[in-house]
Amino acid sequence: MTSTVETATEIRPFQVNVPDEDLDDLRRRIAAVRWPSEELVRDRSQGVQFETMQALARYWTSDYDWRKLEAKLNALPQFTTEIDGVDIHFIHVRSTHEDALPLIMTHGWPGSVIELLDSVGPLTDPTAHGGSAEDAFHLVLPSLPGYGLSAEPGELGWDLGRTARAWAELMRRLGYDRYVAQGGDVGAGVTDAMGRQAPDGLVAIHTNLLVPALGGPMPTDTEDEKAAAAQLATFRQSGNGYFVEMATRPQTIGYGLLDSPIALAAWMIDHDTDAYYKIASAFEQDKPSGNLTRDHVLDNITLYWLTGTGASAARSYWEAYGPDAPASGAQPLPAPTIPFGFTTFPGEIWRTPRSWVEQSYPNVVYFNAVDRGGHFAAWEEPELFSAELRAAFKSLRNEGSAS
Amino acid sequence: MTTAVDTATEVRPFHLDVPQEKLDDLRRRIAATRLPSRELVTDRSQGVQLVTIQELARYWTSDYDWRKLEAKLNALPQFITEIDGVDIHFIYVRSPHEDALPLIMTHGWPGSVVELLETIEPLTNPTAHGGDAEDAFHLVLPSLPGYAFSGEPAELGWGPGRVAQAWAELMHRLGYTRYVAQGGDVGAAVTDAMGRQAPEGLAAVHMSLLVTALGGAPLPTDSDEERAAAEALGTFRASGSGYFIEQATRPQTIGYSLLDSPIGLAAWMLDHDTDSYYKISRAFVDGEPAGNLTRDHILDNITTYWLTGTGASSARSYWERSQAQARAAGQALPEVPIPVGFTTFPDEIFRAPRSWVEKSYPNVVYFNEAEKGGHFAAWEEPEVFSAEMRAAFKRVCS
Repeated sequence: MTSTVETATEIRPFQVNVPDEDLDDLRRRIAAVRWPSEELVRDRSQGVQFETMQALARYWTSDYDWRKLEAKLNALPQFTTEIDGVDIHFIHVRSTHEDALPLIMTHGWPGSVIELLDSVGPLTDPTAHGGSAEDAFHLVLPSLPGYGLSAEPGELGWDLGRTARAWAELMRRLGYDRYVAQGGDVGAGVTDAMGRQAPDGLVAIHTNLLVPALGGPMPTDTEDEKAAAAQLATFRQSGNGYFVEMATRPQTIGYGLLDSPIALAAWMIDHDTDAYYKIASAFEQDKPSGNLTRDHVLDNITLYWLTGTGASAARSYWEAYGPDAPASGAQPLPAPTIPFGFTTFPGEIWRTPRSWVEQSYPNVVYFNAVDRGGHFAAWEEPELFSAELRAAFKSLRNEGSAS
Repeated sequence: MTTAVDTATEVRPFHLDVPQEKLDDLRRRIAATRLPSRELVTDRSQGVQLVTIQELARYWTSDYDWRKLEAKLNALPQFITEIDGVDIHFIYVRSPHEDALPLIMTHGWPGSVVELLETIEPLTNPTAHGGDAEDAFHLVLPSLPGYAFSGEPAELGWGPGRVAQAWAELMHRLGYTRYVAQGGDVGAAVTDAMGRQAPEGLAAVHMSLLVTALGGAPLPTDSDEERAAAEALGTFRASGSGYFIEQATRPQTIGYSLLDSPIGLAAWMLDHDTDSYYKISRAFVDGEPAGNLTRDHILDNITTYWLTGTGASSARSYWERSQAQARAAGQALPEVPIPVGFTTFPDEIFRAPRSWVEKSYPNVVYFNEAEKGGHFAAWEEPEVFSAEMRAAFKRVCS
């Protein structure tokens, strides 16, 4: 029935081990950077600020230690398996609680599995993090095709729907016949597509970015709705340059992303306004917001650099959102009928009102607006984020132990 | 009346001499490029193609000679003068015909004065290029603020309107009391602004890009030509304007790439309109340039951006234009009261119909659709372009 069934279904253990010369080359390139002049404004309105980039470059060459991340990754069970022609990397942490609920969680752009690492403990081992045994998840964290430690697609057509089908195959291959899915950013797009495809075994999904709001107009009757619409309009007017460029010309921007670490870092930091200022403050004043520390931000940028995936990750926007992609113009599948949970984090690009969630998904079983966290919610506030997932998927638990 | 009047009005000769170490550093960086994997399509729809960039990089390090351009520029009279706080570089070639018409001509992005060099001879010395003495121009070719050899603005506000004021001051400073102006791309935006400001002495303008249409002015779609132009504009907005939006909103962010990676810079500059992209790509991949868009000329321009380190500052000019447009939103701009000439080059982003030009400007005295040439008309077809200048300004200034 599906193209995702492959003959090569082997699951192979995976370890990261970057040669010293790659790290030396990176350091040399940063040291040899040619800087532009300083921007002419005092805010982010012309892009990533000069002082932020200088502080980042300084910390990157003098203090940052990639080997710490490598050890952290290698302490986790990592695997690769070929699905639909692409080697998919994933972290797979089974909870010590056998009845735990299997959860496949998908990162976004400019993210990677790095942004999800600090939610591994709370989600798989809740009793050590203020939860109870019934809150436990078996956790599967795949790297999107073309991102980080997964391979790059060698052919066209890897839109969100195809990744969603690959994830269903991955869960099947791992022997999970009843599981849930979660995602933010691009990961929300994949999770939304999984919900619409409703593969066997998928019983509920949760996202923290409202994918349908990117596709079309939402009501603007209440104050909350008007405020969210205004935030979306600001994003479309002045904050989506990166989005348009990657959706239309990923190869062009790819040359800079592969050749200049500073270009890559600037491109990745220039995401939403809230995350930008939090990251700038981490580098300029060593005042991180939550878990968005200098080291964590550089873990993620360095992963993109060392894997050379700036262009291939950008291509995922071309596939998902580009007017020239094979998927362009296709009608989305009907909205998911399986239970849907959503959490609004206040610093997100727009603060999604409950009404928009209910208009987008017919079967909303959980909605909450929390008091902190932004676009990179799992990364910035892993404990709060984990608490949200426990609450969102709680109602799915009892059926689970019965089946 | 204008802020463009400065105390430091001295006009100083300018000579170019790039230190060898900068050229060595450039070559080292190109050789050390980390390239991405190949795009997954067989056309430009994902951006500048890998084989094009590989050929460009190969030619850049093995065959290209910057010193030839340097000699060519230094053989021309070049000057610097400070206007409104910014050092403005310009090439200034007076015609041997004393009665020649003074013409200030403005390049665009991703261009520079390099794209106008081959028009100097036909425009200033027409009798040697199939024209008459009465066709002659005294030619002023300034580098836009933040571009190439001009200084970078150190404060906000350098939109097309302020550049236009500076150009009027430049012509005043050169002693011209009656002159004309021309431009394409960003140069068309500056020339359009000059027309609307109508400074004393400016007798007429000519443009080769219809900036009103790009700015979103409502234009008719009744005829086939109009519909075709609207459709071409629609395609540009849907899939060809990524560079435009990025520069208009986050010039600093893309600037890091443009300053640090020669290949990042080259790819960004090649990824302009579809027609010129394929022409340039063929020049590198097949050795078959369109007209004057040769490998050397393309690399002259890119190397100029690299050596002057002006990727970020030139991108900022898009941000400024976008800010100026936002400030002016809802207000009707003053009309251009002086005569306007326009040439539609067939391979431009959209083929502007006469009706759109006439709707945009009340006093259109010249319109023609040239037989060949695209977005970089002056660069690609300097003779055709120069013939257009002669015809356009003959009509308005006789």
